[in-house]
Amino acid sequence: MIKLSNIEKIYDSPAGKVHALKGINLEIAKGEIYGIIGLSGAGKSTLVRCINMLERPTAGSVLVDGKEMTKLNESELREARKNIGMIFQHFNLLSSATVYENIAFPLTLSKVPAAEIQKKVNPLLELVGLKDKANQYPAQLSGGQKQRVGIARALASDPKILLCDEATSALDPQTTKSILDLIKVINENFSLTVVIITHEMQVIKEICDKVAVISNGVIAERGAVLDIFTNPQQPITKEFISVLLSNELPAAFRGNEISQVKTEGSLLLLRLIFLGESADDPVISQMLRNCAGVECTMLFGNLDEIHGVPFGRFIVGLSGEENSIQSALEFLRGKDVRVEVIGYVKRNNPAFN
Amino acid sequence: MSSEIIPLLTKALGETVYMVLVSMLLASIIGVPLGVLLHTTDKGQILESPTLNKIVGSIVNALRSIPFIILMVAIIPFTRFLVGSAIGTTAAIVPLVVASIPFIGRQVETSLKEVPAGLVEAALSMGATPTQIISKVLLPEAMPSIVSQLTTVIIALVGESAMAGAIGGGGLGDLAIRYGYQRFRPEVMLATVVILIVLVQVVQFLGNTLAKRLNKR
Repeated sequence: MIKLSNIEKIYDSPAGKVHALKGINLEIAKGEIYGIIGLSGAGKSTLVRCINMLERPTAGSVLVDGKEMTKLNESELREARKNIGMIFQHFNLLSSATVYENIAFPLTLSKVPAAEIQKKVNPLLELVGLKDKANQYPAQLSGGQKQRVGIARALASDPKILLCDEATSALDPQTTKSILDLIKVINENFSLTVVIITHEMQVIKEICDKVAVISNGVIAERGAVLDIFTNPQQPITKEFISVLLSNELPAAFRGNEISQVKTEGSLLLLRLIFLGESADDPVISQMLRNCAGVECTMLFGNLDEIHGVPFGRFIVGLSGEENSIQSALEFLRGKDVRVEVIGYVKRNNPAFN
Repeated sequence: MSSEIIPLLTKALGETVYMVLVSMLLASIIGVPLGVLLHTTDKGQILESPTLNKIVGSIVNALRSIPFIILMVAIIPFTRFLVGSAIGTTAAIVPLVVASIPFIGRQVETSLKEVPAGLVEAALSMGATPTQIISKVLLPEAMPSIVSQLTTVIIALVGESAMAGAIGGGGLGDLAIRYGYQRFRPEVMLATVVILIVLVQVVQFLGNTLAKRLNKR
């Protein structure tokens, strides 16, 4: 549906040239919800604006629904844009127009007759749950309601693609959830391709099928959301994920020296990651049964779901003789579980030893 | 106050209102589009054109830097060419319009700058043409502010129209000078001043009320 090839964007700024996008390649399939995550200034907003040519790339090709966007003239481009809805962080609604008029706005631009506009806008008002607010002005609405108007407006011209530029960044977590649910419903009911720009990993986790992590104008990492969450490769990706999934040691061990060789009174800390069906396997109890002389302490645990796939993260501490610990490690590595060895760490409070 | 003064005052008030309203109307017809041009050709705007913006901006600045009393005298040949005479209420309208056009242009430009750039971007993303952006986004969104700014222009015009009395333009200013000052009639001076104060209050009140009604923010 969308294919970006070798996108370059260079700005002239008073401080000199800014290379905002450096050879971006990205392919987004029809009906997908594709997340693009990055810190502010990473180039993600510029990237999404290259899709509808609000920003013209300095070089590269932008193929949207079979059309080469960079080669269209002004009027062809205006027509092509009607195929791409967009919602914004600050909603960008007309303050002088009512909710109804705002949703009707794209149709007014295309000079659609009033009767047809009504047939189009009323179901949209219903879809976003604002039927009773039709004659109110945006200033009378809450942030979440404003974004619902923004979504209805973006859908009015029956687009095939919806671009969301930090659409939930100005909203509280609960409202964010309801807006994301709405986007998900639209994606399913209208088989709309959705591109989501965000700096919040929660948004990606909630509704995206795929994700690209952008940093300094290049895509650092990309893939299915489940893979990126369970097995991030790049430091920047790990950083984003750590907001949701803490990589810190449990409080009792935090700040203590981590050693790779066994020291007196220390535990071998392991991070265990279970995915899918393996989350149901009794791996730990099997290990304890098979490896005599090993004690296992559960220090941290978190069970989550990404796209309905169970995903568990645990930190356990092993103690016992060096060779029993090693055989327990061997045993775990043979199972359907990812094992990361953190190292031997002592507890803060000696009373616990 | 003697009764012969009353008709003089009403006539003068009528002339002032006539000069101000007609000048305002004519100046707005050119001044508002001028403001739109100044804003939309600016850097980063929908019709970005640095050269045009610079040329028009310089002309506007040049006109605005001429004091009204000098402008009025300086363009007498132009006034004579347009209305056939340089004296009289209608003739006074010419310099009033010339002085107000760049003023309105800048005021409207300022109002348009207050429209958030995101709104223009949203309209562009929906495939709006530049004309549609001007007529359906920029002007409606800036309207409350434009009304407030134009109110200021009207008030400035009331003051300038009094100066136009100096070239036989008639109006309250003319009356105050000829009767109040030159014929030593302080009560005429006082009456015109009171009328001017009331006039300005009324204009300001109407402008504020309209701007408030238009503002849905």
